[in-house]
Amino acid sequence: MSHKKDIYSKTIPFALMVAVTILIGTIVTTIAPMFTKGMHPKLENLQPYTMLELAGRDIYQKEGCVNCHTQTVRPLKADVLRYGDYSKAGEFAYDRPFLWGSKRTGPDLARIGGKYPDEWHIQHMENPQAFFPKSNMPKYPWLKERAINVNEMKARMDALGFPYTEEDVAQAAESTELDAMVAYLQIIGTAVEKEGAMVIEEDSVEDENPLAGNAAALEEGKALYAAECAGCHGVNAEGNIGGSLVDYAAAEPASRDTYLVIANGYEGVMPGFASSFSKERIWALVEYIESLGK
Amino acid sequence: MNEYSYDYRTVQGFILSAIFWGVIGLVIGLLISVQMWDANFNFGEYFSFGRLRTIHTNVLAYGLGIGAEFGIFYYLTIRLTKRNLVLGKLARFHLWLFNVGMVLATFTLFIGMNQSLEYAEFEWPIDIAIVILWVIFTIVILTNIFKRKEEHMYVSLWYIIATLIAVAILYIVNNLHIPATLTKSYHLFAGTNSANVEWWYGHNAVGFLFTTPILAMFYYFLPKATGLPLYSHRLSIISFWSLIFAYLWTGAHHLVYTPLPDWIQTLGIVFTLFLIAPSWGSVINGYFTVDADWSKMRTNYLTKFFVLGITFYGLQTIQGPSQGIRVISSLIHYTDWVPGHVHMGTMGWVTMIICASVYVIIPHIYKTEIFSEKVANIHFWLVLVGQLMFSITMWVTGIQQGAMWKMTNADGSLKYTFMETLVGNYPYWQMRTVAGVIFVVGMLFFVYNVFMTIRKGMAKAALADAKAA
Ligand code: HEM
Ligand SMILES: [Fe+2]
Repeated sequence: MSHKKDIYSKTIPFALMVAVTILIGTIVTTIAPMFTKGMHPKLENLQPYTMLELAGRDIYQKEGCVNCHTQTVRPLKADVLRYGDYSKAGEFAYDRPFLWGSKRTGPDLARIGGKYPDEWHIQHMENPQAFFPKSNMPKYPWLKERAINVNEMKARMDALGFPYTEEDVAQAAESTELDAMVAYLQIIGTAVEKEGAMVIEEDSVEDENPLAGNAAALEEGKALYAAECAGCHGVNAEGNIGGSLVDYAAAEPASRDTYLVIANGYEGVMPGFASSFSKERIWALVEYIESLGK
Repeated sequence: MNEYSYDYRTVQGFILSAIFWGVIGLVIGLLISVQMWDANFNFGEYFSFGRLRTIHTNVLAYGLGIGAEFGIFYYLTIRLTKRNLVLGKLARFHLWLFNVGMVLATFTLFIGMNQSLEYAEFEWPIDIAIVILWVIFTIVILTNIFKRKEEHMYVSLWYIIATLIAVAILYIVNNLHIPATLTKSYHLFAGTNSANVEWWYGHNAVGFLFTTPILAMFYYFLPKATGLPLYSHRLSIISFWSLIFAYLWTGAHHLVYTPLPDWIQTLGIVFTLFLIAPSWGSVINGYFTVDADWSKMRTNYLTKFFVLGITFYGLQTIQGPSQGIRVISSLIHYTDWVPGHVHMGTMGWVTMIICASVYVIIPHIYKTEIFSEKVANIHFWLVLVGQLMFSITMWVTGIQQGAMWKMTNADGSLKYTFMETLVGNYPYWQMRTVAGVIFVVGMLFFVYNVFMTIRKGMAKAALADAKAA
């Protein structure tokens, strides 16, 4: 090919042309939107992180939690059923950086705040397998050994321009990294009003367990209990964070009431399982729990 | 200046450094692959998955990938400007700074200094070091290009220049942080904006660290290794400009169905689909180059590295745009399908072409032949099988996972608990570990071949010196 003096022979014009070519898409999709309102929404009741919460968020980053957990619920039926209301842009105004993630090796955490009591997180970080025997989440026993560095945290709060009081500082000073992590987890996603994806009405549930006396259901209930419930209620249902189900069953509660507790949970104490377990599975659990009282 | 006085020591230094960091990154990859199916393989704070996974991606991207790119770019620059590095001493310094920087950077990740922006995890002091490294690199290369002894810039130089400019812009903008202390900073951008900047950066890290530099190598070494002239200069012009134009528009395909404004998502998806065209421009150029004589596949051991490498690039650039479409994203986003995609690119395209380039460069430096074509063939087949097995197992389990997450019962509840969907991955994750072992063993054959070639070359040079004396 004849090499007439074209742009491919002139270094500076070539480099400039490359820079301009690269900058067009950059400006339209990334720089220009920064100056639009759509990129800076903020929910009215969204609060900056407290010192302890920020310390927890920093540990979340330090431990690389974002490698396995997302923090954004998509507006898709199954996502909403599994995790809760889909994520709103206005929830993230104080998030530097965003922690939406790109991989769900573990479940999404965008609605984890308030789902479980603090004690659940404390025990779960210590030993995830106690709650989910087949979980692949690492144990984090070192968190409870470490104190929060208050001077470091003051500098961080100042850098972000988040307000804090002497009480906040005092609270952080007597907290461990584990306390901070729990504080952070409990605040995630709470700027949006919580609503269960599915709430089961009392009169939609049968009086009696349709699977009563069904041996296969009893086995299924037992297996499901071990996989999903034993962490809180104890491997032998002796009680831990949640009460003893042996004692519970001994009082011979109505099957329908047991069903409703499993389906709807108790706000902030026990999550409801209506959207994650089929009717048959819940009845199988009821069958297993009732067998404990016998 | 004649061919015999070119100084390739810095080139070789970078190649050996890249191999060193590559082996570390790969071994850590094997460990985290086991941790995914058995949490008992997490050993305390420093060897727990969250830390190691970050180290795996960074050591391989920055140590192996960019390390090799530094060395091979210097080699290409020397060849294509027909002169030694004008700033040879600065390049030498660059090599040392790179290795010291990698040690420090890896250390900071071990102790948990992590900005949690994918592929931009390093904290701000390391970011500054990286910018300095990049500026030195740019100065050395541009100086040679300005003072080149060949009027025309070959295609590879275009891609090199685009890489230098784009990476500088991307890295600096996404790493704008508010420093709080020496070890901690916060993204200048918040929430949705932070996400948009990060994935503009993340996607183009793929574009300008794993695509354009590898194309620079491909356009030079394919004709060199096969002795066949490049099929079409015009096609390479069209692919070049359309590729570097379109890439920057598409980051939002990583944020499909997130709270990012819809118009940015849709715009990103449209350009993502368009991206097939320029990508395949290079694929077709490669195929038609070899089309002049397919018997090279048999007679020239290197040809198959390049042909398979560009084939995986071609598959990636069909798969990638498909993943961007909303309906497909809704199934595979957040699943193991994505690591399947990633590793076809990194193992099948990037590493394949880098290794093949090294197989050309090292014997050339010593004016000798490769130590063993047979070992190179074993290397080829092992990495090919390992990579295919990796991607295929991850595709299968990714689709299974995505489907299980979605399935519902007649009563409107979800069919599977999260644990059930997780446990469904375990057999595939175990197969993936096997695939990884096969790949790593293949890479060890490569390392052995490179070292033996250098030994052979040094022995030959010593003999020549002895004769001359
Ligand atoms: C036309 C070319 C390509 C397009 C349009 C494309 C598109 C995509 C999309 C849409 C995703 C996100 C998947 C998801 O999370 O749901 C993705 C992920 C990824 N791709 Fe590609 N891809 C292309 C080529 C490549 C190549 C050649 C490589 C590597 C050499 C590569 C490396 C990656 C990586 C590393 C990720 C994972 C990002 C993460 O951490 O989430 N891609 N790609
Ligand atoms: Fe991408």
